[in-house]
Amino acid sequence: MVSTERLADVFVEVADTLVDEFDLIDFLHNLADHAVTVSGGSSAGLLLADHDDSLHYVAASSASARYLELLQLQVEEGPCLDCYRTREPLITTDLSRETRRWPEFAPRAIEAGVHSVHAFPLRLRDRVIGAMNVFGDEPLPLEPSDVKVVQAMADVATIAILQERAIASAEVLTEQLQGALNSRIVIEQAKGVVSRAHGLTVDEAFAVLRTHARNNHLRLVDLAHDVVTGRVALPRS
Amino acid sequence: MSAPDGRDGVADLLQQLCRALTTDLAVAGVAVNLMSTAGSDGVLAASDDRSRVVDELQFATGEGPCHDAYASRRPVLTPDLRSVTHGRWPAYTSAAREAGLAAVFAFPLHLGAVVLGVLDVYADQPGSLSRDQVTVALTQAQLATEILLDGELVTPDGGPDHDLSTTLDHRAEIYQAQGMVMVDLGVDPTDALSRMRAHAFGNERPLIDLARDIISGFVLPVDA
Repeated sequence: MVSTERLADVFVEVADTLVDEFDLIDFLHNLADHAVTVSGGSSAGLLLADHDDSLHYVAASSASARYLELLQLQVEEGPCLDCYRTREPLITTDLSRETRRWPEFAPRAIEAGVHSVHAFPLRLRDRVIGAMNVFGDEPLPLEPSDVKVVQAMADVATIAILQERAIASAEVLTEQLQGALNSRIVIEQAKGVVSRAHGLTVDEAFAVLRTHARNNHLRLVDLAHDVVTGRVALPRS
Repeated sequence: MSAPDGRDGVADLLQQLCRALTTDLAVAGVAVNLMSTAGSDGVLAASDDRSRVVDELQFATGEGPCHDAYASRRPVLTPDLRSVTHGRWPAYTSAAREAGLAAVFAFPLHLGAVVLGVLDVYADQPGSLSRDQVTVALTQAQLATEILLDGELVTPDGGPDHDLSTTLDHRAEIYQAQGMVMVDLGVDPTDALSRMRAHAFGNERPLIDLARDIISGFVLPVDA
């Protein structure tokens, strides 16, 4: 059952992102966190498509959700991929019934503790730019009205991703999406730098980057860029 | 075709790429320029003289889409030069139009935080690139990036080193390892990736396996 109070917070935050130039990757991580609290799931993850229609991992609410997204890319099957293709929400309350549909993904996801998985397309008009998964370690039934709400969140997020103020041209869509995919690479490079420089795991390094960006009101991608190009060194925490 | 040899080999490969892309997209011309490497900014390869001259103007005037693509690390697509926001690139725009060009599409040649240069596609009629054309241009921009990153590791037939094109879920680890090698060896991102590729190549291992070893604590030898 969807929490309307938390939903209100999400829309306020999304509205904020539409005002100024915002930090896309940080926003997507927040979106994954919000999708979990609003839907009552245990974790969430997002994939974005590039110009070749290949999906890339971009954000997740936890390490296990990231694993589940990467798993789908690796075995080339799963709810996120199906949802991206069909462009419709995909509700699976009992993953153990879908081992025939996803013979590679389902057993491994079940082994990782997943019971249910829902997928929502990130779409704008006739274009789908990716998909979001919400994972549950229990059945996590969603009413049709709940599905609509989570899909609405995904729709608003898509608008935020594409920063569509009025009628975005095809040029603007390409520019934004390519910029977003490259931002992801910058952040991976920065994670590596911080990890080695501070003796941290990659995940810990990401947490340090996010915290430092927030505390200093920097966009995560700008901070990551400065770290990789050697313009700033993060203080040891 | 023999393996490319140094900068000239890279320029030759890129010129072939510019000409092939011009044909594939049915456009007026394509140019590849280098950015930010001290002293060597400028056009490195072009499909034809007009594209080279107009592209070079961006360096003479210090303005134009390649500078914007470089700074924003994303494509800058201008389907109609007449509609360029007033005063954005005044000298470049009027010179390009005088040369008979109507549209310019700039694609950064980048890998994360590293931008090596920009690939500019010129058309003599205004109009957007189709999605298929954008896909072709982005794919060729990626190939041009790989050629620039490491000319000597390009396969003898001029194709890309496919290690860099492995499936996308693996890439995050390659980029993380790249950041780690920068710290381990005190080198820049381009150098870090070159050394990783050389080490993987020399040891006949997939780049992704080496990346995973680096994440687990392996340190590349300094003189690799």
